[in-house]
Amino acid sequence: MLLILLSVVFVVLRVAGDPVSAMLGGHAPISEIERIRKQLGLDKPLYIQYLNYLMNLAHFDLGRSMIWGQRPVLDEILEHFPATLELSISAFTFSILLGVFTGVFSARRRNKPADHAIRLYGIITYSIFIPWFGLVLQLIFGVYLGWLPISGRSDPRMAPEIITGLYVLDSILTMNLPSLIDSIRHLILPTVTLGIYLSGIYTRLTRTHMIDILQSDFIRAARARGLPERTIIYKHALKNAFIPILTMMGLQFALLLAGAVLTETTFSWPGMGYFLYERISYRDFTTIQGTIVFIATLIVLISLIVDIIYVYIDPRIRY
Amino acid sequence: MISDLLRIEGLRVYYYTRDGVVMAVDNVDLFMKKGETIGLVGESGSGKSTLGRAILRLVPPPGRIISGKIVFDGLNLTELSEEEMRRIRGKRISMVFQDPMTSLDPLMKIGDHIVETIMAHETLTRKEAEEKAIKLLEQVGIRSERFMDYPHQFSGGMRQRVGIALALALNPDLVIADEPTSSLDVIVQFQILDLMKELKNLYGMGMILITHDISIIPGIADKVALMYAGQLVEFADAKSFFNEPLHPYGKALLESIPNIQHSDQKLKYIPGNPPDLINPPKGCRFSPRCPYATEKCREEEPPTIMVGHHRLVKCFQY
Amino acid sequence: MANLTAPKMITSMLSKISPRRGVEGLFIIVGLAIILTFIFMAIFAPVLAPYDPNKTRVGGLYESPNPKFPMGTDRLGRDILSRIIWGSRTVLIVTFLSMALSSACGVTLGLISGYVGGKFDTALSLFMDSLYAFPGLILAIALAVMLGQGIMPVTVSLTVVYVPIYFRMIRSEVLSMKESLFVEAAKAIGAKGRTLIFKYIFPNVIPSIPIVLSLNAADAVLTLAALSFLGLGLPAHIPDWGFDLRMGYGALTAKIWWPGTFPGLMIVLLTLGFSLFGEGLAEILNPKLSGG
Repeated sequence: MLLILLSVVFVVLRVAGDPVSAMLGGHAPISEIERIRKQLGLDKPLYIQYLNYLMNLAHFDLGRSMIWGQRPVLDEILEHFPATLELSISAFTFSILLGVFTGVFSARRRNKPADHAIRLYGIITYSIFIPWFGLVLQLIFGVYLGWLPISGRSDPRMAPEIITGLYVLDSILTMNLPSLIDSIRHLILPTVTLGIYLSGIYTRLTRTHMIDILQSDFIRAARARGLPERTIIYKHALKNAFIPILTMMGLQFALLLAGAVLTETTFSWPGMGYFLYERISYRDFTTIQGTIVFIATLIVLISLIVDIIYVYIDPRIRY
Repeated sequence: MISDLLRIEGLRVYYYTRDGVVMAVDNVDLFMKKGETIGLVGESGSGKSTLGRAILRLVPPPGRIISGKIVFDGLNLTELSEEEMRRIRGKRISMVFQDPMTSLDPLMKIGDHIVETIMAHETLTRKEAEEKAIKLLEQVGIRSERFMDYPHQFSGGMRQRVGIALALALNPDLVIADEPTSSLDVIVQFQILDLMKELKNLYGMGMILITHDISIIPGIADKVALMYAGQLVEFADAKSFFNEPLHPYGKALLESIPNIQHSDQKLKYIPGNPPDLINPPKGCRFSPRCPYATEKCREEEPPTIMVGHHRLVKCFQY
Repeated sequence: MANLTAPKMITSMLSKISPRRGVEGLFIIVGLAIILTFIFMAIFAPVLAPYDPNKTRVGGLYESPNPKFPMGTDRLGRDILSRIIWGSRTVLIVTFLSMALSSACGVTLGLISGYVGGKFDTALSLFMDSLYAFPGLILAIALAVMLGQGIMPVTVSLTVVYVPIYFRMIRSEVLSMKESLFVEAAKAIGAKGRTLIFKYIFPNVIPSIPIVLSLNAADAVLTLAALSFLGLGLPAHIPDWGFDLRMGYGALTAKIWWPGTFPGLMIVLLTLGFSLFGEGLAEILNPKLSGG
């Protein structure tokens, strides 16, 4: 599977056009174009390029930037990775909590006004354009109310000592309270923006499955045993409804990454997405290719992990 | 009357559906003493399951209890709050369900089902609850090693035993068994019925055995309550009923049980269809299918008449 | 649903949109209203727009919304309202074009691949699945980077991103239909390959397409806007909402909210229009999924 993905990336990025002219803007002298092509190995026949590509990948070599050329792309990506990780975890958690609880709330009040409102919410969130939503939040909370910062990860004076690269975690580990508060403040708006966008699908999924399950026999039997309502909803119904939600979480990962790219760009959050955006504006072909390969690999890895977790959660699969 | 465990008076349970109001239980009276077993018999749609659910106040929407009293050991269940009702469910009145596969949480070990039920009603430590659960399982014939297994690892009959264990976990005064054997093989049916008889003698609880299959009633039920189209048409002790059913419906039911010794005879069945509960027939609801029906039967609803000491029939013949 | 002709199917679909399905009907109506409004805006742009969208300094720089410029002006003094109106043309052309292309490609490939089966099918499915696994935006970025700017390249990028969706859906329907009785019957009367595919299987596959089209259109609007926002979309002389939104970020801290907010709002509204329409349609034609 991974091989296919990587090959697809290769095909897409090679066949679609000449990267060098794309980078140089098509007005550069031919000699210059030729020189760079040679330097990047683009003058060799396509199949040799492909083999080189795969061999390099096997050594985790994602190439070097076409423009600055010194540091390996992989290093540059990894530098930006923790920021994206922090944002992703934060937004993902937020979206699950928001989505699942609104879904449960909605399912319990089926066909009442609150339910319809939440169903509408589920549809709207999908249509939210992240850059716009981020803009609005920045305007309201950053510019007009002045409560929260609108860009970056932290005030440069208050950045914590880096241990994991996750600012919030690092602040806690180094017991740096001002830094913790500052990091969290910077994290809030991007999290909410991305989180709300992602939550819609969980709301709908949870609602649908909860409604189904709440009508099922074992829930009825649980009520007949006099179990408290809260236990019934959360311990039994939700647990059973959770399996398809878990599957969706795995599938949503791709969406999370795409959303992260937009969110990071909107909030100047220095993660992989922002990095990609930067390099796009420079038409730094090799870096872009490297980054996309990295993302593809990440996706496959996460799918694998989700499959493994799946086996743990559902006892029926095990036996 | 004072020693009655359960007294149902004038119970009406209707379902408000898009097609009309389904009068599932229409003005039913029923009494039961401590330790008695009543066989609640009727075809599907007769209202027997709804009646069972109503006792636990678990009638699903769009159904509602419209009127009537359900007095259990002095308490009027129709007037209790939801929380008070919750405390009664599982502890003083419990239910065994028809389909054991779907009435257990597939993600929870069966032992935990019992432990959870115990701990929801009593203040025991987890360990104490587990010990109790293991004993219960053994009582219903499940080895304690299977405590940690999941529902799908059991056969149908075993799962139903778990269901029974769950119903008995807190030593209730009344167990409502809603078609407990209907989804089991014939041989397993007998095993489960035997188990239920045994436990009944051991614990002395009252039981309402709901079924459409009248042949499982003899030997286990003390009284028979026959329902048709949402109404109670006959209520008698089992012996008398089987000796001589009074209501035409009861008569027809008993005649329609195939008898192996007369296997050369044609199968008898009751002609006609069960009535529409949204627009039931005027007068006696059984009249369209009754071989003794008169003009009066079709016009007026028959009263419930007491025959002998403790027998009730809803028919004009008496 | 076997063997109905296309016109019959459309009428049966329409008849299911009865007034009884309150909420879903509302979705469809509102969604359709929004879409039609934008289409109207796009078609009559030359008449509706008060100014030339590209003409700079028709008003002051960063003028706030006022009667002369209801949505204000941007940093080059261009009228935002006119840019919005003309921008709808851009969005709708790209969206409809790419939807048409990707559905045509995807459906055809799905039909053929599903029917033919074998190694060809396996290979093609594998390819499509990999494409599908990619986040749409990332794939679009990759393509757009290589193809450069302009309406056609962007359209192509979007097309490629959505082909797998149609392919997968149609292919699975074809697979399940291949075994069905009416196809057997058709074969028995001598129908072969092409006839089978187009005359028999295809009409039965049609009903599921409109919903996917609508929802994909919503997604396409977002992706297009995202591409422009990231600087990969259309050249500067074509009015484009995503691009304008990007530009609107510049003066944010000075409380100049209008250059970004209005274009962004249009993006959201158009997407919403397609989404509502698609969702409403889906819930009416597949009531089981709604749980309502």
